[in-house]
Amino acid sequence: MVEIRIHGRGGQGIVSAAYLLALAAFESGLYAQAFPSFGAERRGAPISAFVRINKIPFARHCQILSPDYLIILDDSLLFLRETLLGVDASGGILANSRKSLPEIKNQLSKRGFSIREDHRIAIVGATEISLAHLGKPIPNTVLVSAFISLTGIISGACLEKALARRFAGEVLEANLSLVREGARQVEENAWVDQASDTRSQTYA
Amino acid sequence: MLEAIEGSQAIARAVAMCRPQVVAAYPITPQTHIVEGLSRLIANGTLSAQYISVESEFSAASVVMGASAAGSRSYTASASQGILLMTEVLYNIAGLRIPTVLTVANRAVSAPLSIWNDHQDSMSVRDAGWIQLYCANNQEAVDTTIQAFFISEKTEIPVMVCVDGYTLTHTLEPVDIPSQEEIDAFLPPFHFRRTLDPQNPITVGTLVSPDFFTEARAVNHQAFKKAIKTIHETDDLFFQLTGRRLGALLSVTGDSTAKTGILLMGSVFGTLSDALFSHEEKDEIRLLKLRSFRPFPKEDLQEAVRGLKTLIVLDRSLSTGSDGGIVGMEVRSALFGQKNAPRIINAVVGLGGRDLPLSLLSRLLDLSKNPDTPEFLFADIEPSRILEEVSSPVNTVHSEEK
Repeated sequence: MVEIRIHGRGGQGIVSAAYLLALAAFESGLYAQAFPSFGAERRGAPISAFVRINKIPFARHCQILSPDYLIILDDSLLFLRETLLGVDASGGILANSRKSLPEIKNQLSKRGFSIREDHRIAIVGATEISLAHLGKPIPNTVLVSAFISLTGIISGACLEKALARRFAGEVLEANLSLVREGARQVEENAWVDQASDTRSQTYA
Repeated sequence: MLEAIEGSQAIARAVAMCRPQVVAAYPITPQTHIVEGLSRLIANGTLSAQYISVESEFSAASVVMGASAAGSRSYTASASQGILLMTEVLYNIAGLRIPTVLTVANRAVSAPLSIWNDHQDSMSVRDAGWIQLYCANNQEAVDTTIQAFFISEKTEIPVMVCVDGYTLTHTLEPVDIPSQEEIDAFLPPFHFRRTLDPQNPITVGTLVSPDFFTEARAVNHQAFKKAIKTIHETDDLFFQLTGRRLGALLSVTGDSTAKTGILLMGSVFGTLSDALFSHEEKDEIRLLKLRSFRPFPKEDLQEAVRGLKTLIVLDRSLSTGSDGGIVGMEVRSALFGQKNAPRIINAVVGLGGRDLPLSLLSRLLDLSKNPDTPEFLFADIEPSRILEEVSSPVNTVHSEEK
């Protein structure tokens, strides 16, 4: 099972990102579940959402305490202990930020988070991309696309199918361009594990 | 067809396919998405019904009572304070034996103010005279909604479909929503034999003197005994149609030789099932999923606990000052005097949205193995957070003053 926790602020599309990722997984024939941690938040308040993806159905309805991956839509949350809580060292962190990767790693170590060389952290300037393509600062679609590209757990085509179920016309076109731009921002399959017993190959 | 859909939207779609003629609701978190969904389905012409906007839950309940009394199939939904504000009307709907369906998006009751999930709201109206069915996942929420209309119209008892707020209402997961044809084949149009009709006038809700009040209440009570059979039959009919059973009133998962049982209601069932699947002692454990709290399936329960040494009863609400949880007291009462009845540990868990993790199973099993575990406890409390309050000298100061 792959477990993903998404962090961001009210208004950035955190719940939509979780639903979109689960819908894309469902489109590719996997069992998926997505839900927010807090459902009645104000614009700007820190919130999180959860996604589980598995080959076969599961029944649990609890929160994700040790996620394989974090997707962070607002880099001001990246340095909070609550955000990084429980994340597995062999997993990955994908964050939306204008800062460079070395700068982020530097800030993390300054705040007392131990960062190893082999920790997987990827940075995408998703807000700027969304502003350029959509005219709105909503980083979610770009990050979901980048995440799918990095991990290879779902094909990009399934993400486009999921978007086509939700949007049409110009909005769909703009979102599809965000998907393509998001995928270009990261190295494709960079987080696909090589060893046969790793989670991404075992489960999804 | 299987689709990945948010629980609330799935419930709204299921309600719409049951073809209610009147929907009245006042939005409240976490029920809002359900009635927003229904409002959209009515506005875009998918559902031909009257959506009556009201200024409060009291009016929402009053509208559906009137609509059903006049022979229309009706629906409403609410949660928490909304359910409490409906209370007076809920008693009336049930006492007048008017069929309708109410979805409770289960939420804690203030104070302290909480928007998150527990069962305090529906438990607070336990005695109002409604059938209460609890759902373990969104598939059950959809299927129970459809069954609820059938059960309510057959028994002339209103039905509450209790769905864990957020945990189910806001969770997107794969759900198989039956087709309109399947639902039409299952659920015939609503014909109310005591409908308000100017051509054949009757009085509904009249004053009942002491000569007849007890009898009226006794008849309502008898109707619940009959409803047990109806709930079983409805689940059988539904199975023939969809291939899915919801476990009627109480269902048992796990080994028949198990010595430890866990009785629960609602969405914690899935989490405990998953935890059980990989647990080393899984042959030792039986899960009892209580779907119907009213009517309470006393005989099914007595049968389901056979062979158990210990029964852990989970409560997601509290009757402050009582000697047990609300479900716990019910279970104790049902098993009182039974030969070889199991030891009962009544654990309050998951109040006000506290997460019920996979590790809950081990926690409960540890409690069951400890002979010193009290009969009633808060099993997921953080004791350090209330130390100061519990040892507060408020009472001692008063006694010293005397």
